[in-house]
Amino acid sequence: MASRIEIRLAGTGGQGMILAGILLADAAVRDGKEVVQSQSYGPEARGGASRAEVIISDAEIDYPKVISADVLLCMSQEACDRYADQMKERRLLILDSNHVSRAPTTEAIRVPITQLAQDATGREITANVTALGLLAGLTGIVSRPSLEAAVRSHVPKGTEGVNLKALAAGFEEAGRVK
Amino acid sequence: MSPMLMQGDEACAEGAIAAGCRFFAGYPITPATEVAEVMARRLPQVDGFFIQMEDEIASMAAIIGAAVGGAKSMTATSGPGLSLMQENIGYAAMAEIPCVVVDVQRLGPSTGRPTSPAQGDVMQAQWGTHGDHPIIALAPSSVKESFDLTVAAFNFAEKYRTPVILLMDEVIGHMREKVELPDYATVERVERAQTLVPPEWYKPYENYPVDVPPLIPFGEGYRYHITGLHHDERGYPTERADEVNLWLDRVFRKIRRGLSEILLYDADGIDAAETLVVAYGSTARSAHYAVELARKRGRRVGFLKLKTLWPFPEEVVDKAAERIHRVVVPEMNMGQMALEVERVVGRRKVRRVNRADGQLIKPDEILAAIEGMR
Repeated sequence: MASRIEIRLAGTGGQGMILAGILLADAAVRDGKEVVQSQSYGPEARGGASRAEVIISDAEIDYPKVISADVLLCMSQEACDRYADQMKERRLLILDSNHVSRAPTTEAIRVPITQLAQDATGREITANVTALGLLAGLTGIVSRPSLEAAVRSHVPKGTEGVNLKALAAGFEEAGRVK
Repeated sequence: MSPMLMQGDEACAEGAIAAGCRFFAGYPITPATEVAEVMARRLPQVDGFFIQMEDEIASMAAIIGAAVGGAKSMTATSGPGLSLMQENIGYAAMAEIPCVVVDVQRLGPSTGRPTSPAQGDVMQAQWGTHGDHPIIALAPSSVKESFDLTVAAFNFAEKYRTPVILLMDEVIGHMREKVELPDYATVERVERAQTLVPPEWYKPYENYPVDVPPLIPFGEGYRYHITGLHHDERGYPTERADEVNLWLDRVFRKIRRGLSEILLYDADGIDAAETLVVAYGSTARSAHYAVELARKRGRRVGFLKLKTLWPFPEEVVDKAAERIHRVVVPEMNMGQMALEVERVVGRRKVRRVNRADGQLIKPDEILAAIEGMR
């Protein structure tokens, strides 16, 4: 259990939180780690709360959900209100300041993720991938080549270039924030 | 194959392909739709057939028909669909038709909560259709087990000529996990038994000398009758009690004689244990986490994970609980498998941990029961 890292990606349905979870988990597999990815969402296709959870470990993973997060990404105010207090003491809280205005703590990384994605690709729908680049750049939980390979194999055909640009924007921002 | 990220529902469908399933009929329903999606893509690649039916009643009827035609067949649904399938599941039990019914359980009753997990269909898997009949039901607790137990489900269905229910749950069905699947050519497959007798001697429900007479596909010149009525050895309706009893004895006997291979479970740390945790499906993962925590605190805890839920592994549970004072049974329902455990070990020993609110039981809740705090 010692090496168990719990990551929660939370936002609104349609923001691509579940795809982000899949990309992160796939990258972890490519890094040779044990990984479990799960999700929670409502019956609606867009709107409503949506969250993905990823557990990464060197050992076999039994309980597949987040108990208290090591890393939390919030892409909506509702997600932040709901999950910000369910974290470990040593933790990383990443907020998309385009969507989250009230944070419960000053110890949060606030980045205009959606704006960064819009500037890098012209499409704010890629904000989930920019967020992943930021998260991976800040934590090193997964390697950049693995994450790039995961993006190439999972995003819709023809959007690989756009998504890799969005990912790069996240990594660059991580370099600035650090 | 190299390690990959795969969903439980996908692994179930791949297990079906590996086991030789070549016919799928179903109606989409959360959280089982992904099984149908993968089958729709994969079956044409292996010369199989996929049909989206008008509803679950027809889906169940279609897979029975395909099985009688000689194909290994499967459907996948969730609780509301399983309710609709019950009449034809009874028909498959009565007519001894091999087929696999996947139920990715969600919170019920009725429409309940489509995207939330539950284990509320345990009793329905055995008793949902009327009348006495044996059934085999298996419950995976990981993506890899979703593959393995789907293969086992097909093999049991063919070997014992019975419907087999795969009781998944939303957590396992929708979860993605790192898996390494075997080369499908190396997967053990049980194929339909053949007969040595000519068509005029063939009896599809012969009671001796074997418990499981071969089911010869329609269209091969072996003409016989199939009915949901009680029937004689040739399949024609009977009202004779002696013939009904022969059938009843045989269908229970064939499962009983196979128990040593049908009852699948994992056990660890039971010999030295004071407390035993009995769990299945996704709840087994929370339970194992709790067992590890308790052991770190110096408690002697045994862990029994049931993969076969029906027939209920009475002797396995009885033996595991022999010297144990407290048996903790966590499950995402109001206490269904606990009823069976209580029947075997006695009510006083059992501590139930139940949730039926669409939430996976947390390790802390099970730990409290292990430590006697609830």
